[in-house]
Amino acid sequence: MADIVLDKVSKRFPDGTVAVQDVDLEIADGEFVILVGPSGCGKSTTLNMIAGLEDISSGELRIAGQRVNDKAPRDRDIAMVFQSYALYPNMTVRENMAFPLRLAKMDKDAINEKVDEAAKVLELTALLDRKPANLSGGQRQRVAMGRAIVRQPKAFLMDEPLSNLDAKLRVQMRTVVSRLQKQLGTTTVYVTHDQTEAMTLGDRVVIMRGGAVQQVGRPQELYDHPGNLFVAGFIGSPSMNFLHAAMEDGKLRTALGDVPIGERIRRQLEAGDAPRELILGVRPEHFEDAELVDEDTRRRGMEFEAPVDIVESMGSDKYVYFTVEGERASAAELEELAADAGAADFTGAGSSLVTRLSAESPVAEGQNRRVWFNLEKIHLFDPANGRNLTLHEGRAAGALAD
Amino acid sequence: MATETTTRAKVRWGLLDVIVVVFALVPVLWIASLSFKTPATLTDGKFIPRQWTLDNYRTIFDTDQFVRALVNSIGIALIATLVAVVLGAMAAYAISRLDFPGKQLLVGVSLLIAMFPQVSLVSPLFEIERQLGLFDTWPGLILPYITFALPLAIYTLSAFFKQIPWDLEKAAKMDGATQAQAFRRVIAPLAAPGLFTTAILVFIFCWNDFLFAISLTSTERSRTVPVALSFFTGESQFEDPTGAICAAAVMITIPIILFVLFFQRRIVSGLTSGAVKG
Repeated sequence: MADIVLDKVSKRFPDGTVAVQDVDLEIADGEFVILVGPSGCGKSTTLNMIAGLEDISSGELRIAGQRVNDKAPRDRDIAMVFQSYALYPNMTVRENMAFPLRLAKMDKDAINEKVDEAAKVLELTALLDRKPANLSGGQRQRVAMGRAIVRQPKAFLMDEPLSNLDAKLRVQMRTVVSRLQKQLGTTTVYVTHDQTEAMTLGDRVVIMRGGAVQQVGRPQELYDHPGNLFVAGFIGSPSMNFLHAAMEDGKLRTALGDVPIGERIRRQLEAGDAPRELILGVRPEHFEDAELVDEDTRRRGMEFEAPVDIVESMGSDKYVYFTVEGERASAAELEELAADAGAADFTGAGSSLVTRLSAESPVAEGQNRRVWFNLEKIHLFDPANGRNLTLHEGRAAGALAD
Repeated sequence: MATETTTRAKVRWGLLDVIVVVFALVPVLWIASLSFKTPATLTDGKFIPRQWTLDNYRTIFDTDQFVRALVNSIGIALIATLVAVVLGAMAAYAISRLDFPGKQLLVGVSLLIAMFPQVSLVSPLFEIERQLGLFDTWPGLILPYITFALPLAIYTLSAFFKQIPWDLEKAAKMDGATQAQAFRRVIAPLAAPGLFTTAILVFIFCWNDFLFAISLTSTERSRTVPVALSFFTGESQFEDPTGAICAAAVMITIPIILFVLFFQRRIVSGLTSGAVKG
């Protein structure tokens, strides 16, 4: 067990592309850290550099205080679980799991004991004599995990280990991974493109974009206090609503009406180089059916009326989609997020608004509905650089803060 | 309806297969039949010999000439195959896995060697080998065989190596294997079908070669079977050695058949299934 430190680690490929740029990251002993981001953000390259499968172009990587830049993977004492599982097809499950121990020249009885132990933890005991070809996807995945845990390495690296499983199994395996990591207390770096996995699994989440780290923090922190537009849009499902907002007469003109702003934001926006056009971000759960809001809460937000597009009843609450007129929010980050979701060319007229309302709301498709939203929870972003303007000392304070 | 078409298709394909097999095998069977005929009935044009005899086989094994040549052939072909497959495997592995300067050139040159007309190289090789004292020795044949078998080996093997998921090698490295261990314990076992296929092709090439064997040998010391066959004469110049030649031809076909049958059982397809994904 050990801590892992990345000190200005970069990766440049011979053709000049920079895959990873100056990544600084300190992973504490026993911590579970998730690297997350859209495809091509450099998360897998970062993981491969920690593993030693990819050379580090510049910067320093330290495992347990030791510089390991020039060490071969085998000398770093870390285990890795691959997206493709990478089981040796010519070996049985037992031989697969024993392989790292045999390479370490451990004696036979000790190997058998360790393999049996790991197999018991992962419920693989009945499958030990089978070949990988005769296993289901979930079983293969467990064998791959078994091969990693069997030799008690300093750290685990996992490269999208669950992405080849079907949705139901993935949720199940997520808890297995989580429990296993807590049980073993081994430092773990986990790469995924799935923000749900990132939110549920990690002690801390590292969000990457274009080879650079955007924000590092506990899942809730990233959700509540996103540092920029990209983080805000990437974390959360359904994702945050973004609307175009323009600064006029001390108010923010948006498709939801004129939003009042507090003293601090006003000062920021009155500075000479401040942007006149902004992006307003509101999470779906910060909307509520205006009928269901009590007087006390009502004062903390504002209301608007819009036609209901679609109602999705989830049982516990309702996802209600509204169409609002007005200019669409546009920024490079938003386009990238849309492209990653595969919806880049999917654009309707006006903006679509996703809200999460109480299940008691009598909202129906086709009618107009008054909706309240919480001004203390909204975010304002600068479209030019994506910065969250409502963030003060790392905390998002909404638009009204003084 | 569907079954009817399939039976008809089966019959059609079966017929086609029979035609191809007959077309390919008739000359071979003819030679086999000739080898069992007595000199008197040799030219009777019958497919099945009227008088069976093993005299022809006795003749070839009585002469030291043929047995010597058989030993030479087996030795030279096996050594050349072994060396070509080992070198070829290493080269193919590098080509399929690594990105090194001059890779395209290497592939191109090896293709060039394969295309080069061998007959134009015979005279220079003859001169070179005489100067080096390699003429009429085993290495004198093994070396050119390796040279011409390598491109074949490299091409076949790199195709096989490319099929093996690279993740397996990475996994082996993460599990604590050196590059050599990863190759030997993970990659090579998976490439085994490719190694055997290549070995068969190279062996057949070496076994059947006549051009180099006749130009670069002069005595029984290193003469291989195809050449020895051409030196067969009867007891006197009036005697026809056809029967003996046919017997020898049958004898040299047998090792090839055995070799192929032996290795074919090891060419198991789908060996890599189950390595990745689900």
